[in-house]
Amino acid sequence: MAFSLNEAQEREFEDILARYPNQMAACIPALHFCQDANENWVSPEVIQFVAERLSLPTAHVLGVVTFYTLFNQEKPGKHQVWVCRTLSCALRGSEEILAHCEKRLGVHAGGTTQNGRITLRTAECLASCGSAPMMQVDKDYYENLTIEQVDQILDRLMQEA
Amino acid sequence: MLKRTEFLSKNYGVEGGWLIEPYVKSGGYQSAKRALGMTREQVVAEAKAAHIRGRGGAGFDCGTKWSFMPPPGDKPHYLVVNADEGEPGTFKDRTIMEMNPHALIEGCIIGAYAIGAHAAYIYVRDELHLSKARLWGAIHEAREKGYLGERPFGQSWAMQVYVHTGAGAYICGEETALLNSLEGRRGEPRIKPPFPAQYGAFGMPTTVNNVETIAIMPTVFKVGGDAFSRESALHDLGDGGARLFGVSGHVKRPGVYEAAVGLTLRELIYDLGGGILDDRPLLGVIPGGSSCPIMLEEEIVNVEGDERFAPYNGKSVLDLPMGVDTYRRTGNMLGTCCAIVLNDSVDPVRAAQNLARFYRHESCGQCTPCREGCGWIERLFDKVVAGEATLEELNQVHQVASNIMGNTICAFGDGAATPMLAFVRKFRPQFEEYVRRGEAERNARRAALGSGDHGRSLASEAR
Ligand SMILES: Cc1cc2nc3c(=O)[nH]c(=O)nc-3n(C[C@H](O)[C@H](O)[C@H](O)COP(=O)(O)O)c2cc1C
Ligand code: SF4
Ligand code: FES
Repeated sequence: MAFSLNEAQEREFEDILARYPNQMAACIPALHFCQDANENWVSPEVIQFVAERLSLPTAHVLGVVTFYTLFNQEKPGKHQVWVCRTLSCALRGSEEILAHCEKRLGVHAGGTTQNGRITLRTAECLASCGSAPMMQVDKDYYENLTIEQVDQILDRLMQEA
Repeated sequence: MLKRTEFLSKNYGVEGGWLIEPYVKSGGYQSAKRALGMTREQVVAEAKAAHIRGRGGAGFDCGTKWSFMPPPGDKPHYLVVNADEGEPGTFKDRTIMEMNPHALIEGCIIGAYAIGAHAAYIYVRDELHLSKARLWGAIHEAREKGYLGERPFGQSWAMQVYVHTGAGAYICGEETALLNSLEGRRGEPRIKPPFPAQYGAFGMPTTVNNVETIAIMPTVFKVGGDAFSRESALHDLGDGGARLFGVSGHVKRPGVYEAAVGLTLRELIYDLGGGILDDRPLLGVIPGGSSCPIMLEEEIVNVEGDERFAPYNGKSVLDLPMGVDTYRRTGNMLGTCCAIVLNDSVDPVRAAQNLARFYRHESCGQCTPCREGCGWIERLFDKVVAGEATLEELNQVHQVASNIMGNTICAFGDGAATPMLAFVRKFRPQFEEYVRRGEAERNARRAALGSGDHGRSLASEAR
């Protein structure tokens, strides 16, 4: 199915283009914008769309998509959970947080729960080391985590409508 | 010397402190107004007098960097602010963007004017959604007041600021990778020269500065360059002003603290950080992001032939003022001034393994020594922890690291190799202990299984 934007989204898309002296520079923000509008993933149709709108070769856009970890080439769960596991967080118990999430959700890091609600991931340092351990849920940070708080967050994500 | 300051952090934690009203009320945007009334040369000179050493990690003098820009001609110039903050252990720039975004926007006006640019791009790592929202909010507020736009403060210096975002790649913090990423390409570092001042964003003359370097500029133009430099205990060493210090890991009060330059690690850990978690002994401290070699309390300062170091000679490195050159001269690296503290409950081998994974994961893969070397070091540390490594393999780490150092396109290679080497050198007994234990276990298993065919194949599997 071809990918397209609605009228309001089109205006925002044009706004992005206007920030740069050429169209290529809009590549990453445009991909983010379309990924957000496409259930959090960059489908082949999205790549095609961005390439056409920015007058770029498809191969260029694909090369960009594959370089950066935050572009999903497969559709993730409804929510994405990233547990930071770099040193400052590891010193404050991120391994236990991650192990707990894996157990609670019944998936390994990288996997999506059977009901398609949560994709669990690991992250490298998210610039929140002073409030470790921490995780990112969609666009929000949760810091100074305890196992109880993690449970509350996961419960909410699994249950909410 | 501990001297707390509040140039950047006064409104930290104050509800609404990020909005333009409180910022303007406390004198905000007066510095930009003042700078636009000066000549470009005067602005650069004022910045030089402040001795602001780049807050992004390399510690290059900001005013001097600005002076490398060619005079404005027919080509557009650009200011690019590095807000990719991804160096493990570093979390200071985020506090500026979230709680004092107008300092950065005002700094952008000053910096852009100094280098002849009419546009500034702030490259924020994608994960920092709150930072991006606060910055866009600040930009809109500043536009409404007319501080950005065609004629800021009635001066004929059109000025725009934009937020750009990455998409999850530590290497995009390296300035030329960042420029490629800003241009809509893969974030691979470029070969230098040409340097950004000649050929930067979109092929145009460009200066790349860290968030904090730019955000402190309004203060410089408020109190005066020289006066600001003198806040620092290291003014005579050309390392001026005050800066943000972070401390994370095993301290009682982790966080970001502002203080005059010249603070010591001991003050950061014990006075600001509240001391070591669980009151245990210190194992070591990584002073400014994971690319800095770990420092141990028993390491002693010994710099010969330089009077200025006389007061510190014979003291622990923890009592050496944190400065770009004080650290460089003693074989250490200051980095971002965000320290990671490890108490003695930490297994240094596992800590090294954690960071080795980070570097293998984040190498962009352009240079063979970096790509292969980072992978090799990670696999070795995994083997050490699994008890499967030999002493010869452990010794090879020196060779692998020296193959990386100096042989790569960007500084990532050195930033990955030096801290790994430091771990192996400074915690040699702990690494050897893993190797010995692994060997003993293998021998015991071999003995128990006897010498039959079955035993041999199992033993070789274990190897
Ligand atoms: C691998 C690597 C990652 C870096 N990451 C950052 C970063 O996240 N933020 C930053 O300001 N500088 C980072 N730097 C340093 C930049 O290349 C550059 O020196 C800096 O942005 C210049 O700003 P300053 O002079 O104001 O410090 C990194 C350097 C390397 C080699
Ligand atoms: S040193 Fe490593 S990160 Fe830097 S360009 Fe080479 S491969 Fe990429
Ligand atoms: S190490 Fe987890 S946020 Fe920095």
